[in-house]
Amino acid sequence: MNLATVSLSYMRARRLSTSLNVLLLALGIATITLLLLATSQLEERMQRDARGIDLVVGAKGSPMQIILSAIYQLDVPTGNVSWQQAQELARHRFVKKVIPLAMGDNYRGFRIVGTTHDYVAHYGAQTAQGQLWRAPLEAVLGAEVAASTGLGVGAHFAGAHGMGGREGEQVHDQHQYTVVGVFAPTGSVVDRIVLTGVESLWAVHADQYDIKDIARIGELMADEEKEYTALLIQYASPIAAASLPRYINQNSAMQAASPAYETARLFTIIGVGVDVLRGFALVLILAAGLSVFIALYNALSERRYDLAVMRTLGASPAKLMSLMLFEGLLLALIGAVLGIALGHVLTGVLGYALTQAKQVSVTGMVWVNAELWLLVLAIAVGVIAALLPAWRAYRTDVAATLARG
Amino acid sequence: MFAVENLKHAYDGTEVLNVAAWRADQGAQWLVIGPSGSGKTTLLHVLAGILRPSAGSVGVAGQDLTALRAQQLDRFRGQHIGIVLQRLHLIPSLRVMENLLLAQYLAGLPQDRARAREVLKALDLAGKEAAYPHELSFGQAQRVAVARAVVNRPKLLLADEPTSNLDDGRCQQALELLLSMAQACNATLVIATHDQRIRARIPRHFELKAAA
Repeated sequence: MNLATVSLSYMRARRLSTSLNVLLLALGIATITLLLLATSQLEERMQRDARGIDLVVGAKGSPMQIILSAIYQLDVPTGNVSWQQAQELARHRFVKKVIPLAMGDNYRGFRIVGTTHDYVAHYGAQTAQGQLWRAPLEAVLGAEVAASTGLGVGAHFAGAHGMGGREGEQVHDQHQYTVVGVFAPTGSVVDRIVLTGVESLWAVHADQYDIKDIARIGELMADEEKEYTALLIQYASPIAAASLPRYINQNSAMQAASPAYETARLFTIIGVGVDVLRGFALVLILAAGLSVFIALYNALSERRYDLAVMRTLGASPAKLMSLMLFEGLLLALIGAVLGIALGHVLTGVLGYALTQAKQVSVTGMVWVNAELWLLVLAIAVGVIAALLPAWRAYRTDVAATLARG
Repeated sequence: MFAVENLKHAYDGTEVLNVAAWRADQGAQWLVIGPSGSGKTTLLHVLAGILRPSAGSVGVAGQDLTALRAQQLDRFRGQHIGIVLQRLHLIPSLRVMENLLLAQYLAGLPQDRARAREVLKALDLAGKEAAYPHELSFGQAQRVAVARAVVNRPKLLLADEPTSNLDDGRCQQALELLLSMAQACNATLVIATHDQRIRARIPRHFELKAAA
């Protein structure tokens, strides 16, 4: 027998009101937990995918679209850039490294990205099975792609024209890819794409160039016909940031986009939505606090004799006060723990849905330190809601209450 | 055992209690009688340390109640004074056993289930430990209220109108219960009542006059 037993017995006696209050608080906390987990993971993943890439160059168009399509494989590309211009850029003294990307086809919604082995090295991807591509039309699958399609080393598949997700795409039946390797999971964009050499993307469209020897397509194709979709660039020196983007934008048919700037802009845009949701969750928590307050206040008038009796049994006013405070605290704590658990489950569900949609994935199986602040917030709400009822319990006039009944 | 002197209490300037002197020995049994509004309940509350009188001295078991700080007074009341209220007021959300343990806990005493069980058995409540108050008959609830008042072996047992609204049979039962339980722990028993039926059973009467 202690304060907790008494509080719990009262909470049991008012099951409906107790569960309602706990539920309200849990929903608010769950929403904020979901936002915390999802945004922190998205931010982390997007930063990881863009790490070490100083500039992305694509066809003239929206810089945001270039970043989204070339780094995150989310949006459609703005167009193509010429091979010759890419060669010129690679020779620029401010450029340390150029990783070319050729896109335009997909396999069952997963993008087929033509690039060089530099791309694999940049993301630190390791093959779990097989090896990297050596010839056109050899492909290495990202971990998610392999898991989802069930393809393994030695399998053949045909790419479809387009960036995926649409019906009735033209399938390149006559130029089938051969799977030569599967990557181990990296937690980066590599997991959800099919990687191959840039020549492969040229090869599947080789008919229009009238080339039969696919293996030597890189040599046989005229340089002015060769195209990339985008170029990932590393600067040779920090000074490049000041001049190279402007140089590209003014002196070529290409568009330079800064990943750092564009992702920051993206998060400001997403941030508005996140703020709205967060506001909504705070309103829920506030409503829960109010509901706890009303419940405890009503309980107080139901219990005024109980409280007076406890005083006759030797309880000090401070003890009655802590009884009410404890009840608010307990409600808040249960609501917070339930809410955080629910938030993790919801994030897990969201992560599953995103994986199904072949988007950036999130998981509910991580802990963010900010969740501790949620616990503090919930406890504060519970205690504040219980303050006035607790003060009234403290002020119980035993003699007057007992004399009345 | 207890002694009051020149006791006065007033609400909002109106005097509701005026006792020149009254003392009782340990184990004595007293009735406080008087018409409604004569201050019976107020006197009981002063003896219990629930109410601090406007003037006068109150000593219980050798302790001057007016000298105690609020928290000491609460502790003293919990450990040495048992109170049976007219409407019983068991805590409805707690089981019978828990109501008794609560009395031990709030008095700051160790929680002694054996003692609680012993008291319940003496009051013919064995087997009702796990029942909630609303599951008890009135007679059982009254016995639980008495059990709760004596579980800490009080030196002073106070009862406020314990027999009003009871029929003759139950009135006698309730009275005998209080007398026997007070005797069992050698507590001084004070019953405030206007019930004529119990006057004969307890010879010592302290009469309060209606306030002027």
